[in-house]
Amino acid sequence: MKTLQKIYTFLIFFILYIPIVVLVLFSFNSSGNTGSMTGLSLYWYRELFATPSTFTALKNTLILALSASVISTLLGTAAAVGIGKFKNKAVRGAVLSVTNVPMMNPDIVTGISMMLLFVLVGSLIGLKEKLGFWTILIAHITFCLPYVILSVRPRVLGLNRSLSEAAMDLGCTPVSAFFRVELPAIMPGIVSGFIMAFTLSLDDFVISYFTTGNDFQTLPLLIYSMTKKEVTPDIYALSTLMIAAVLILLILSNVAESKGKNKENETSAKAAERIG
Amino acid sequence: MKKLIELKNVSKAFDGEVVLDNLNLDIYDQQFITLLGPSGCGKTTTLRLVGGFETPDSGDIYFDGQRINDVPSYKRQINTVFQKYALFPHLNVFENVAFSLRLQKKGIAEIAPRVKEMLELVALKGFERKNVNFLSGGQQQRVAIARALISHPKVLLLDEPLGALDLKLRKDMQNELKKIQKQTGITFIYVTHDQEEALSMSDVVVVMADGRIQQIGAPTDIYNEPKNAFVADFIGESNIVDGVMEEDLKVTFSGHTFTCVDKGFAPKEQVDVVVRPEDVDVVSVEQGMLTGVVTSVTFKGVHYEIIVDIGGFKWMIQSTDFVGVDEKIGLYIEPDAIHIMKKSEYSGKYGDYSSFSDELDELSDASAVEE
Repeated sequence: MKTLQKIYTFLIFFILYIPIVVLVLFSFNSSGNTGSMTGLSLYWYRELFATPSTFTALKNTLILALSASVISTLLGTAAAVGIGKFKNKAVRGAVLSVTNVPMMNPDIVTGISMMLLFVLVGSLIGLKEKLGFWTILIAHITFCLPYVILSVRPRVLGLNRSLSEAAMDLGCTPVSAFFRVELPAIMPGIVSGFIMAFTLSLDDFVISYFTTGNDFQTLPLLIYSMTKKEVTPDIYALSTLMIAAVLILLILSNVAESKGKNKENETSAKAAERIG
Repeated sequence: MKKLIELKNVSKAFDGEVVLDNLNLDIYDQQFITLLGPSGCGKTTTLRLVGGFETPDSGDIYFDGQRINDVPSYKRQINTVFQKYALFPHLNVFENVAFSLRLQKKGIAEIAPRVKEMLELVALKGFERKNVNFLSGGQQQRVAIARALISHPKVLLLDEPLGALDLKLRKDMQNELKKIQKQTGITFIYVTHDQEEALSMSDVVVVMADGRIQQIGAPTDIYNEPKNAFVADFIGESNIVDGVMEEDLKVTFSGHTFTCVDKGFAPKEQVDVVVRPEDVDVVSVEQGMLTGVVTSVTFKGVHYEIIVDIGGFKWMIQSTDFVGVDEKIGLYIEPDAIHIMKKSEYSGKYGDYSSFSDELDELSDASAVEE
């Protein structure tokens, strides 16, 4: 039985990860032939970095991901804290559902609807280039926001109300009580929300495809356009780099989350000990 | 003594439910005053009003003669020790204690010795660098006290601070709190539902129920001269029976006329009579003023707790002599063991041990802690 369980688990992971393994492997292929592996080399990586359009796309992607995740983290944290302050349960539930819509909506619907809006507003105020950095940025903030809220809200719920009261009791104004006491307590949620937003923005294709203009290409869009001509292994190299980046961020996010959790567990274990 | 805090006709309601009903209370400088009552009696709300975490719907609160209704908590010279300690989890012991001094932008040269002094006061010498999340309940409580006392407040509010500690630790902390209060000369306003705690620590006990003050007095006065059936029942164990005042110093209850030490009631006035279980002597049936049948006996260590049925009313008696269940016994009550109270809205609700059980008592205690 134990062996069966192990085999089953192995199979699941094998099927899940074999495409990625193959992709990574072929990115190190010394020949351009997709069919056969002739030897290991970094040729395609060199090739990739020799292309100026890759650099521009990389720079664009990072700028976009950074600004989108910073802004959505600020807005999302404010929203999560604000939603926690609603007294009326029905209103709170409604606001939460509304903020979750961009997460539930199919990307393609979000993408098309935002494109439509941007083009409409753009023509109303008479812009020549209606789509570009600003529109894709707004779009990315929109779909990152609910994930930040989702990640910060449990922290806000777990806040001991006495914490901010204790801070005010000791001389903090309500605002400084928030920054000195509440913010540090919800920080793990904010960090993991930020990393999640960054990751999502980094690898988004569908929404970016609809909301960006000709002069602002991101890596996923570049990969897509490269496949249109001819599939060369430098795409594999680029994809491998993106996988690595996302993987590192995910691990960081988990570490941030579990660090905070550990602290909490210890506290509640202590509390249980005391009462028991 | 100087009057430090004054609550005048203070009322407070939450969602239409009255929590405090026209409360008047004076608190004097350097007093250890305890607000005592069951859950929902308004004691915590009173404390939060003084601390500045709630504002009264009507009435005024004065601090040192100044009206402070609208003064926010961070501007009051009043600090609080919260029920669940509310230590800042991201700061170590030193920074938790130093919190208010850091806010006042004091230099480290001033902060460090004061933190050291505070930690010595609460017997946590050498704990400066410890993570507060790894401390025991008792230690966390001490940090909370040090944190609240370091800025030398005029008043310290304590909201059931020992509720989460085990019995032994609670007793130690009671002594220590009393000692700290004496040493610092700070006014302590202490909230608890534990009558023993209230009696053993306080200079003044305020018994509350249903958003109103039932009695204010020294612990011995509250215990010996309860004002009504609620206070008599809540503080210690009491047998509370209906009686008739025949004349001054004569009262009839349970079919016998007793000599007592109370006077000033109208002739034939209906009254509540309180007799503490430890003040009843078990004697032979012939010598007894009252006679009854023993229905249960529980060994409590120092004494037996005996429930006696006297004409259908169950009395509790504490005696060091053993009696058997179903035995017929006589009871003897000294005049000064009898306390007479005016009838009140609480008459007839308390003081009968027919449905008494330890288990029930513990259950209600537990629910009070939950709150």
